[in-house]
Amino acid sequence: MITLKIDGIEVQVPEETTVLKAAEKVGVWIPTMCHNDLFEPYAVCRLCSVEVVRGKRSRVVTACNYPVSEGIEVLTDSENIRWIRKFLMELILSRWPNVKVVKEMAEKLNVGKPRYESLEKDEAEDACILCGQCVNVCREVVQANVIGFSYRGIKREVVLPLGEQSDKCIVCGACALVCPTGHIKMVIEDYKGKKPEFTLGPKTSIYVPTMQGIPRVPVIDAESCIHFKTGGCEVCAKVCEPHAVNYDMKDEIVEIDVGQILLSTGYDIFDASKMTQFGYGRLNDVYSSLEFEMMLSSMGPTSGKVLTKDGKEPRSIGIVHCVGSRDTNHHPYCSRVCCMYALKFAHLVCDRTDAEIYQFYIDMRAFGKGYEEFYVRILDEGVKVIRGKVAEVSEVTSSGEYKNQLIIRCEDTLAGKILEVPVDMVILCNAIEPRKDIDAVRRLFSISKSPDGFFLERHPKLDPTSTMSDGIYIAGCAQGPKDIPDTVAQASSAAARILSYISKGEVEIDPVRAWIDDKYCAGCRICNNLCPYTAIDFIEEKKISQINDVLCKGCGTCVAACPASAITGKGFSDAQIVAELEGLLAI
Amino acid sequence: MEFEPRIIAFFCNWCTYTGADLAGVSRLKSPANIRVIRTMCSGRVDPTFILKAFELGADGILIGGCHPGDCHYSEGNYKALRRVHLLRKMLQSFGIDEKRLRLEWISASEGDVYQHVATEFTAQIRSLGPLNWKQRFEQKEPKEQLIAV
Amino acid sequence: MAKPKLALYWAASCGGCEVAVLDIEVKILDVAAFFDIIFWPCATDFKYKDVEAMPDKSITLCLFNGSIRNSENEKLAKLLRAKSVVLVAFGSCAHEGCIPALANLTTKEEIFKTVYLDTVSTYNPEKRFPQPITKIKEGEIEIPVFYERVKALDQVVDVDYYIPGCPPQSTQVAAVIEAVIDILQNGKPLPPKGTILGAGDKTCCDECPRTREEKKIKHFYRPHEIFADPNKCLLDQGIICLGPATRSGCGALCVKANVPCRGCYGAPPNVHDQGAKMMSAISSVIDAQDPAEIDKIIQEIVDPVGTFYRFSLAHSTLKGANL
Ligand code: SF4
Ligand code: SF4
Ligand code: SF4
Ligand code: SF4
Ligand code: SF4
Ligand code: FES
Ligand code: FES
Repeated sequence: MITLKIDGIEVQVPEETTVLKAAEKVGVWIPTMCHNDLFEPYAVCRLCSVEVVRGKRSRVVTACNYPVSEGIEVLTDSENIRWIRKFLMELILSRWPNVKVVKEMAEKLNVGKPRYESLEKDEAEDACILCGQCVNVCREVVQANVIGFSYRGIKREVVLPLGEQSDKCIVCGACALVCPTGHIKMVIEDYKGKKPEFTLGPKTSIYVPTMQGIPRVPVIDAESCIHFKTGGCEVCAKVCEPHAVNYDMKDEIVEIDVGQILLSTGYDIFDASKMTQFGYGRLNDVYSSLEFEMMLSSMGPTSGKVLTKDGKEPRSIGIVHCVGSRDTNHHPYCSRVCCMYALKFAHLVCDRTDAEIYQFYIDMRAFGKGYEEFYVRILDEGVKVIRGKVAEVSEVTSSGEYKNQLIIRCEDTLAGKILEVPVDMVILCNAIEPRKDIDAVRRLFSISKSPDGFFLERHPKLDPTSTMSDGIYIAGCAQGPKDIPDTVAQASSAAARILSYISKGEVEIDPVRAWIDDKYCAGCRICNNLCPYTAIDFIEEKKISQINDVLCKGCGTCVAACPASAITGKGFSDAQIVAELEGLLAI
Repeated sequence: MEFEPRIIAFFCNWCTYTGADLAGVSRLKSPANIRVIRTMCSGRVDPTFILKAFELGADGILIGGCHPGDCHYSEGNYKALRRVHLLRKMLQSFGIDEKRLRLEWISASEGDVYQHVATEFTAQIRSLGPLNWKQRFEQKEPKEQLIAV
Repeated sequence: MAKPKLALYWAASCGGCEVAVLDIEVKILDVAAFFDIIFWPCATDFKYKDVEAMPDKSITLCLFNGSIRNSENEKLAKLLRAKSVVLVAFGSCAHEGCIPALANLTTKEEIFKTVYLDTVSTYNPEKRFPQPITKIKEGEIEIPVFYERVKALDQVVDVDYYIPGCPPQSTQVAAVIEAVIDILQNGKPLPPKGTILGAGDKTCCDECPRTREEKKIKHFYRPHEIFADPNKCLLDQGIICLGPATRSGCGALCVKANVPCRGCYGAPPNVHDQGAKMMSAISSVIDAQDPAEIDKIIQEIVDPVGTFYRFSLAHSTLKGANL
């Protein structure tokens, strides 16, 4: 440990500590402009200059990179230092008079109008002050080494290699983040009119996947994390005190033996851009239900505020029901949850804005417990409900404060009138549809799908949670659109089913099985690789094949194939099937 | 009397049988000419049964299984497919129109497809006329064995 | 005590079965010693009328080979049935039709046309076909009527036992004869009617010494198209071997000679249609899922009916073509 005095206060710090850090420890403020804890001190702004006194000798050094040593005394506010700071600050201010951080620092240091006129005066508010933070973060933290300084003296400037956009840049945005003046900006070039922040994916490379998930731990998105691109950064590891960040973790394939499986793989939402009349993906401020849900979330992009793309509170909002549902061109079924969440949206919007709310519905299906009551309450809140299918959403340009206005065209079938309703925002209630990978998943588990494309249950009324495959259960929207209470009920029933088997400790298997009669099998091995469950083994010593009773599921493929008819399919034997044939063809 | 085709169908338990059942439950009208035998999988259908059915008087045979990739036992339907292909080639040598044997993939949800296939196949067999295997085969032994010069 | 009487007859067949009887070598002397051979057109001079003159059931054992192709075959089958206590369908033709029955894939008309008109060595400018009755100046010549279809023996008369094979293996013939002598001499019970004698209960593969693998066939080869590995299962090499669907008994004769089994011992015990079963087995192990590829592979099976029903057509489910 090293003991030193800063402005008369004694402090003990480890070796290698900089004077700046030692001063921070005892609460002595030293102005800085180019310093950032993220990287090694760069020491270009010189604002952190302090006086170091050792015995009779005294020196001016930059605190950000000067290491402490035993017995020194640091003066941060001496006459000499005040003079140096004022002089430096005047130079900086004279060159970049309008940059916010510069002005603030000048004020802090009591520097008024500079006595000099700069030859290179830059009056921009976001001028580059040549602090070098971007260059250093790019080199030391990101380790992409894209931006750097070019030229010397007053011509010095921050540039990209050869002054062109570089494909070495991984577009991490670290430079823009550290730039104290806002000189570097992130620009999205192919802006297609959709708010990029309304994505459901992670917004940072390290994020907590589900806020209500257990355990609530963040994960790193290796696709976007800088470390996985350049090997650099590691900021999260540096700031994480319990040292929990581990970059060596790999995706692992874990095999778990289970006896029963519950598939609750959820759903996708209908892609509303398929219904071009609604303008989704083409017009601003037309949102899908999930995007709007995201907007309403306090953790969402607008922190729960209802805002148009221009950042204004909408004056009116149209909520369109049955987008892709109850529509023979898309999904003939009712998605069952939209009416109620549309009413919930209305309720929340009423709560947070003064907007007029219009609901465009075909039939208002408030079928669940307490739902009708909620509907009545929404009507009381002044939400306008219009029975009619929306024909079109279009955009008109106006000169007022709200430059763009959306127009919803629809027939009010109760009033028998064609309406054109101007709104600032449209929310589409997308249909619930089977997940895109549903076929792959159901094949994996040997289960079927119903005509609507969702997993098929064993019986729609009597057995809605199990499937034709023993031990495979289904619950939730994977089986068909349903709301939370129904999902919970179905899932609980499936769980109870599973538990009852576990507590029983044994399962009954279907008696439909195949067996090989030793007397007739000559070991030709035709059957050997026909079995999908590899239930048939060739017994080398006996030169015959045998079926493992537990593995066989009784498909009968081997039975049909055995050229010696040595295999009998219990329940579906040759004799039984021929008898059926004779019966069926007797008349 | 108008010829009513006698069609034997072998339907797999998981797809076509359920699909045909769905057609019934959905009140889709389909011809009563189809006489169904349920097997666990189309892979259980032995060519022996098909020949036997023709011998016993069937005019057409329909095998129904799950769509490729969907077989409950993963690949039984491919075995059915291969058997039917070889069998069709053989039927020609036996003087049986290969159109009398048809293989269709009909899933549990395709009640309408079942209706369509059943209707179309019945119409096709109707137009091919009766096969009447036994009688026709036996008729081939004429009383008079002479061959005219 | 009078010797038991033995009759042998040769209907529509190649004559190989007769040779198979002689092939039992010195055992033929035991036969001659034990039995009184009262009818064997091929070896002894008896006339049909001699048989007609015998009382019913006076022949102890009749070994009948050949299928029923014409009226003479049928007449003799009925005659010998009436005169014999035990009638045995001897050899593949009598058992299940054999090669002659492949004619059931075509018509009598076609056969006559080929034989009496189309073959290169035929000279028949008047386009004459044989007639059952032909008048000549000496009187009438009668020849048997040629039937439309070939039948196995049991499709015209009741048959007690079968000895399969084309022809039956001589060792098996000798063993059966020995067993018969044993039964007759020692008053032992006869096996149940319909028993297949001189054969096993498994398939040819059981007697085949070749090593076999799980089967996956991408190509079919005809025997002349490749050099077959003598130690590996022929089917594994893509050569269609009917061994898996053929009753054991011959000792896998052909296979041991590096030629695939053609199926002459007929269907194994539980199989009702040898051809259909073999087809089912073979198509199951074709290694393709795409219909076009399946067809391509199947095209390599030249003449499926002739391949799978070479011996068993008359007895098969469909019995022949509908023409
Ligand atoms: S661009 Fe920003 S961070 Fe980079 S040197 Fe200039 S002011 Fe500093
Ligand atoms: S196919 Fe039949 S005979 Fe061949 S090994 Fe299998 S059970 Fe045995
Ligand atoms: S019946 Fe099917 S599951 Fe059972 S052993 Fe045969 S091929 Fe395998
Ligand atoms: S298929 Fe033929 S070669 Fe193969 S084991 Fe059987 S008899 Fe032998
Ligand atoms: S191997 Fe087959 S064809 Fe050859 S003798 Fe034996 S059973 Fe007949
Ligand atoms: S902060 Fe030390 S030189 Fe800029
Ligand atoms: S279960 Fe339907 S074809 Fe196999």
